[in-house]
Amino acid sequence: MTGAPATGVTTDRELRELADKQAALGEVRGVPAADPVNTPMIRHWLDAMGDSNPAYLEKGVAPPAMAQVWTMQGVRSRGRDRSPVDDVLAELDAQGFTGVVATNCEQTYHRYVRLGERLTPATRFSGLAGPKRTALGEGYFATWNVTWYGEADEPVAEMMFRVLKFRPRKRAAPGPQGGQGEGGQGEGGRRPYPLRPAVSRDTEFFWEGVRHGELRVQSCADCGRLRHPPGPVCPACRSTNRSYVTAAGEGTVYSYVVHHHPPVPGRTAPFVVAVVELPEGVRIVGNVVDCPPEAVGIGMSLRVTYRAMDDELILPLWVPRES
Amino acid sequence: MRTLTEDQVEIGSVLPELSIDLTPTVVVSTALATMDFTPVHHDVEGARAQGSKDIFLNILTTMGLVERYVTDWTGPEAVIRRINVKLGVPAYAGDRLSFNGTIVAHDGAEFTAEVRGKVSLGDHATGTVTFTLPQ
Repeated sequence: MTGAPATGVTTDRELRELADKQAALGEVRGVPAADPVNTPMIRHWLDAMGDSNPAYLEKGVAPPAMAQVWTMQGVRSRGRDRSPVDDVLAELDAQGFTGVVATNCEQTYHRYVRLGERLTPATRFSGLAGPKRTALGEGYFATWNVTWYGEADEPVAEMMFRVLKFRPRKRAAPGPQGGQGEGGQGEGGRRPYPLRPAVSRDTEFFWEGVRHGELRVQSCADCGRLRHPPGPVCPACRSTNRSYVTAAGEGTVYSYVVHHHPPVPGRTAPFVVAVVELPEGVRIVGNVVDCPPEAVGIGMSLRVTYRAMDDELILPLWVPRES
Repeated sequence: MRTLTEDQVEIGSVLPELSIDLTPTVVVSTALATMDFTPVHHDVEGARAQGSKDIFLNILTTMGLVERYVTDWTGPEAVIRRINVKLGVPAYAGDRLSFNGTIVAHDGAEFTAEVRGKVSLGDHATGTVTFTLPQ
């Protein structure tokens, strides 16, 4: 378990490499079902579900939604049959994305399976998407596909399954608000910082940079002009092709205010909000910290620093360059 | 038990509501019948330790109940082809799970019902079930 407050560049790259590697394994056969399709398990399932459909037992076929049941692992053998998915989930756990909620389950039944057939599962890891900000916290969506094969080696059922692995916001969470799962077991315990930046498609490169310890400034991919705050169109040539450059991380106070009132959630007044002029040619608004407000003045030299505001959010802040 | 035939179902046909009391017995018996021994589906203390307020339905059961909801209405001769479910809030023991559904597509021999399973916290499962009927 890492103590990292948010996804770093290494984490993200490592996860992607692992995900690509696991996906490249293709479909990996699992252990065949412990039992063939059988009447007692079907009867038990129908009884528990309250399903009075007589067709299954009359015809000697299993309810199609039982597909996965046949190859579930028992109490003692849980975790023994490893699939390409396990390594990805384990690495997400190790990186602090310990919460899990399933988000999608899609099953296709090619035919109903008959009593006596023994099914074999095969699992393919199909993708990792993220990091994404979700209602439960920052996380990755992991998707995999399982195909169940009959004894003639023909697919009888398929499933696409997707989970969100998320970094729980805090330890004593009252439970996932929007999910079906078992979150809240992770590290953490910091109160969430109440003010959060609005991350959009225009600005996500900037916040991704912050997580990676980079101060990114949007640039026009056609005329090269830098602009900040980020926007969809170049004000110089009107191109919508965007890129960014990584700023050196230094600047000077172009203007500033000392905020005394009204109270701001998560902040202790007085604090300094400055317009920082970068040598790259744009100005960025940010807080100046690590010095008393009265020490701040126009022209003061600053350098950027990245501070974890809670378990998830990192903000770029400015400190005197001498410090 | 009779089964609806193709000419008895059309786009807009409404499935009658099915409401299920999620007693602890329902949650536990279905978890075990689906061979899912994850503690959050049978162990209250284990579920609470993970941050959940109680034990809750497992996904294999959700899929099973969605299937049952449609075949309860169609009758036994319907053939289920596909179940696509988007999972929402947990269905905790002590809650009530209510299904509603409507036929939204008819393509060749296949009918598709849009199904929604709600609990007190909101949508537990929403999705579609595609099936065929006797002619």
